[in-house]
Amino acid sequence: MGKYFQQEIECMPHEKIRELQNEKLLKQVRHVWNDVPYYRAKMQEKGLTPDDIKSLNDLHKLPFLTKDDLRKAYPYGLMGKPLKDCVRIQSTSGTTGQRVVAFYTLHDIHIWEEMCARAIVAAGGSNESVVQVSYGYGLFTGGPGLNGGSHLLGSLTIPTSSGNTDRQIMFIKDLSATILCCTPSYAAFIGERMKEMGLTPDDIPLKAGIFGAEAWSEEMRRDIEATMGIKAYDIYGLTELCGPGVSFECEDQHGMHINEDYFIAEIIDPKTGEVLPEGSLGELVFTTLDKEAFPLLRYRTRDITSLSHEPCPCGRTHVRMSRLKGRTDDMLIIRGVNVFPSQIETVLINQGYPANYQIIVDRVNNTDTLDVRVEMTPEMFTDNLGEVNKRQAELVDGLKSMLGLKAKVTLVAPKTIVRSEGKAVRVIDNRKI
Amino acid sequence: MSVKQISVFLENRPGCLNEMTQALADAKIDLRGLSLAETSDFGIVRLIVDDVLGTATVLKDSGFVASLTDVLAVEVPNVPGGLNKVLCILNKTGVNIEYMYAILGNKRSETAYMIFRVNDNEKSSAALEGEGIRILNQAALSEI
Repeated sequence: MGKYFQQEIECMPHEKIRELQNEKLLKQVRHVWNDVPYYRAKMQEKGLTPDDIKSLNDLHKLPFLTKDDLRKAYPYGLMGKPLKDCVRIQSTSGTTGQRVVAFYTLHDIHIWEEMCARAIVAAGGSNESVVQVSYGYGLFTGGPGLNGGSHLLGSLTIPTSSGNTDRQIMFIKDLSATILCCTPSYAAFIGERMKEMGLTPDDIPLKAGIFGAEAWSEEMRRDIEATMGIKAYDIYGLTELCGPGVSFECEDQHGMHINEDYFIAEIIDPKTGEVLPEGSLGELVFTTLDKEAFPLLRYRTRDITSLSHEPCPCGRTHVRMSRLKGRTDDMLIIRGVNVFPSQIETVLINQGYPANYQIIVDRVNNTDTLDVRVEMTPEMFTDNLGEVNKRQAELVDGLKSMLGLKAKVTLVAPKTIVRSEGKAVRVIDNRKI
Repeated sequence: MSVKQISVFLENRPGCLNEMTQALADAKIDLRGLSLAETSDFGIVRLIVDDVLGTATVLKDSGFVASLTDVLAVEVPNVPGGLNKVLCILNKTGVNIEYMYAILGNKRSETAYMIFRVNDNEKSSAALEGEGIRILNQAALSEI
């Protein structure tokens, strides 16, 4: 099997992709107008009909959809097909507010799995790969998405789901899994356990990892790669759009290719809603092009990134989005300063601490406090109180220069910060506002 | 000549020290010496035991971070000025004492025992032994 799952589409010249998008957009807008009264009303409010959308150039005229719309329309209000045509739902954990329930027809499932198959091939996979899916199965899209992509590709799929880490490692070893799919925080946990068991990269058959569903730092990537002796690929997606696979990294590990035959991506200024030129950092907005049951036009993701059409050495022509700095939902505002957990992670890993940390925010005497709890490791510990104090002070300094504000650092005993088998809970915000 | 000291990282919260002593008690570890240094955030317990390897394993298995350090176990004359004599010798050699503490277990009443963490074990041992002060090795430590 070659470098691509669908070379013709994945390496299609940019102009041709635009033509394809043009054609699909007009169809999708018409589908939404006809079948989704909620969005039709939004268009009518702006005095728009499908005839006003003649090409991609008119996309900016369409109204945005937000998470708030999803909440208002819950559960059936944004459906584009009757329930009898749907075969599946998936749902978010609901940790950042209202639970999202997305519907799929068989066609929707198929294109989603196709995108996941592209991601697996981009990570070096083929029908000879053994793909262990350690994302949770069930309502969460991680497990079902990669499972489907792996099937479509013809890889042997090990559906371990998340949890029971020792058994995960046993399957990786005994069945010679070559590709591991899970959240980056769970990958780090599995890696930590492998180290404890005395396994070196030579003992671990894995060649690649496809890790997504949460923001992670470049430093964490290098850490996991070194521990397992693999190449680690980022993958991105949202339940609202399908799940993982909306975009994925190739061997270049420099941004994630967005499947442009299925989505149009835009970057907007989150404050004004204005579309920003290529390369600008802003909020990512998606328009689905080929969805039946849950078509979304100009859906605001709240994710902050930038787009690039720079030619990629891998040969794929689809636009790349840069590594997520974090969801705007994850962003903390502390004493007026924007703080992303991934920035704190970068400082910790650079100074030799593990990626097991917890951020506790509180408000004392009307001032926000930031407490970073990090586990002590044998490598960082000495019998000398002054030396340990010095390292702690270095961490405080490192955080200060990264974040521009003073954080308290608390060193805690190993294994006291709960390990995550899915999405890690990094932040505890005790502020009562 | 030196002995191994085990240093253990402890969070500064109620019950933490007890969790460690419980783990050692369950494993029937006999403590020969102990000192505790703390800041407002965390503490370091330094232990002297007979079974260094066994203790380190128990601590690791119980989830503690520990490290081993070579320290000097010095026999100090149990008379007024006994400790002062030892310190005078060390002072003359110019070594730096990072910390020190007394340890338990002297059955012979004429001597006391101190643990010294210095920046130069060899130089200190030579100077002390040159003045007739006894330094204990791991085996001798078990005998006292």
